Amino acid sequence: MSSEQTSGMALLRSDRFRLEREGDWIRLEDIVSKMEKGRSRRLSDEDVLALPTLYRTLLSSLSIARENSLDAGLIHYLEGLALRSYFLVYGTQTSFARWLGSFFGGGWSRAVRAIQFDIWIALFVMIAGAAIGYLLVAGDSDWFYALVPGDFADVRVPGASEEALRGTLFGGQNEDGLGLFAAFLFSNNAQVAILAFALGFAFAIPSILLLIHNMALLGAMLWIFAQRGLTAEFIGWLSIHGTTELFAILLAGAAGIHVGRSIAFPGSRSHLAAASDAGKRAALVMAGVVVMLICAGLLEGFARQLIDNTAGRFGVGGGMLLLWLIYFIGFGRTSRRAGG
Amino acid sequence: MSDSSAVEPWVRRSATPKLDRILVTPEGVPLNVTVAAAGARAGALALDIVIIAGLIGLATLIGVLLLWAFGMAFDGVLEKASGPLQVLAVLWIISVFLFRNAYFLYFELGDRAATWGKRALGIRVAARDGGRLTAEAVIARNIVRDIELFLPLVFLTSGEASGTMTDLTAWAGFLWVLMFLLFPLFNRDRLRGGDVIGGTWVIRNVKRNLGNIVAPAAAKPSPDGSEPAARYQFSDADLSVYGEYELQTLENVLRNDQEEALQKVAESICRKIGREPGSGDERAFLEAYYTALRGRLERSMRFGKRRKDKHSAPE
Repeated sequence: MSSEQTSGMALLRSDRFRLEREGDWIRLEDIVSKMEKGRSRRLSDEDVLALPTLYRTLLSSLSIARENSLDAGLIHYLEGLALRSYFLVYGTQTSFARWLGSFFGGGWSRAVRAIQFDIWIALFVMIAGAAIGYLLVAGDSDWFYALVPGDFADVRVPGASEEALRGTLFGGQNEDGLGLFAAFLFSNNAQVAILAFALGFAFAIPSILLLIHNMALLGAMLWIFAQRGLTAEFIGWLSIHGTTELFAILLAGAAGIHVGRSIAFPGSRSHLAAASDAGKRAALVMAGVVVMLICAGLLEGFARQLIDNTAGRFGVGGGMLLLWLIYFIGFGRTSRRAGG
Repeated sequence: MSDSSAVEPWVRRSATPKLDRILVTPEGVPLNVTVAAAGARAGALALDIVIIAGLIGLATLIGVLLLWAFGMAFDGVLEKASGPLQVLAVLWIISVFLFRNAYFLYFELGDRAATWGKRALGIRVAARDGGRLTAEAVIARNIVRDIELFLPLVFLTSGEASGTMTDLTAWAGFLWVLMFLLFPLFNRDRLRGGDVIGGTWVIRNVKRNLGNIVAPAAAKPSPDGSEPAARYQFSDADLSVYGEYELQTLENVLRNDQEEALQKVAESICRKIGREPGSGDERAFLEAYYTALRGRLERSMRFGKRRKDKHSAPE
């Protein structure tokens, strides 16, 4: 105060405030600019360690400046720098590898358990869909053509002979292009699963319809094979990859239902808060669904053609199902207990 | 007091006040942010689609070149070389899937939280609640892109091509596309479906430079030895004619340092406080006046009294 009086109006108090601190601001700006350009590796260790401290100092400078300075240019500068460094301090800091570690190490299975209720809904819908498909075709085989798209139904149509049907189930091991087939299946199924999830956005109803439609197709197919006494063989052919793939579609549909349900019935939270909470949980499940579909694509493309007997197929399919169930039910429980 | 309204004085009013928002950091400091305009979002998306198409095209080109190289190497026995062909096809399918889905994920998980298209338009993704932008949020916002964009595109083009588009389905598809494409226009924060699910929004980047001190000469002695502050003395009455708005206008004039503007502003200030204009040293005069006015306004500001502009009552 005394210096302000002795030198008269020489230097404003707010300008002195700035001159005392601008060294830190410029250092922070330098660090932030380098990090934004993706050159964080060139930063020294001290600079990286100093970032949070410099950021908090800057925030307090900004709060003081807002109350004490009328230098609009300075306040704009501090605001801009505060926002830029806020994004770096609170950015997506996990590296991809570390995120993947926490994802497989329990994050995924916890997310799956968190949407348990929606999984039961989706499971019920899927079973109902398959039953509807089976019963419709059993009642009137013309339904088959309405349910199953043309390119699926090559020889697998009502009235097909047992040999023709058996041919579609066995004897594919000499086929070429298994890898190509697997990659195509994965890409196709992953898009279907993403669709099942994304449709949940519209209050879950499209997700449910999609599940019913796909499972009705399956039920119709099952009837065709059951007519010729090939039920067990068909289920074996399906289960080798189907336990994984249908499980993935079940989870995707459940994730969609979860999101749709929390948008429709947000409870005590706001609609937007409920939607984003559910969305983040469902996103974890969906990342896992893609992983499951990669497994399913490999099983469908390779294992199904290479293992040519029903017992072996049941073994692989059942084994996969058991693995998934153990992972989802048992994995990652300890860390949740530790966290309260 | 002029600012008796609920609005805090530091709240910014930009050129697009409808898009101005406050983001509260976890430390509790509110920051002014601006939501990215719909046009910028659309532009960024268009750029990204072009880039993705370009990447897919490049992957295809590399595949074709490799194929051609195989053809040269095996000299016409391409039909028998199904192994390498298959590997190529598998790689192509996987790379298209990755370009379509992982492009957005990879870039929005980076330090700048923006794809190339968003960077070009100067916008970025941020968490709406001011917290950390998590990997789950980015996955969630991008997984919905499929129904917003790619699915309608595929639906419209394939339906058109195969001729299965009846009038009804065409209109339903068209409505579908419109509903999701125009979703950002129907809410204040320009959220698209993915932003709702992910708890994110897209805001404008800021980059401002630290300017110089507005009136440096007022603090330094002039060449002839006399202090400018001593040359120009202002009475309380001289300084009570203006408020913060005028001060900031004066700040802009001083920062821009345009001869003509300096002269005009100096003249109008002189007229207002009853001085003889045309001293020939407008900059020194304005800097002295600016410093004195800011000193006075800041002093009363420290006592909790602010004066918005010249029309509001002096402290």
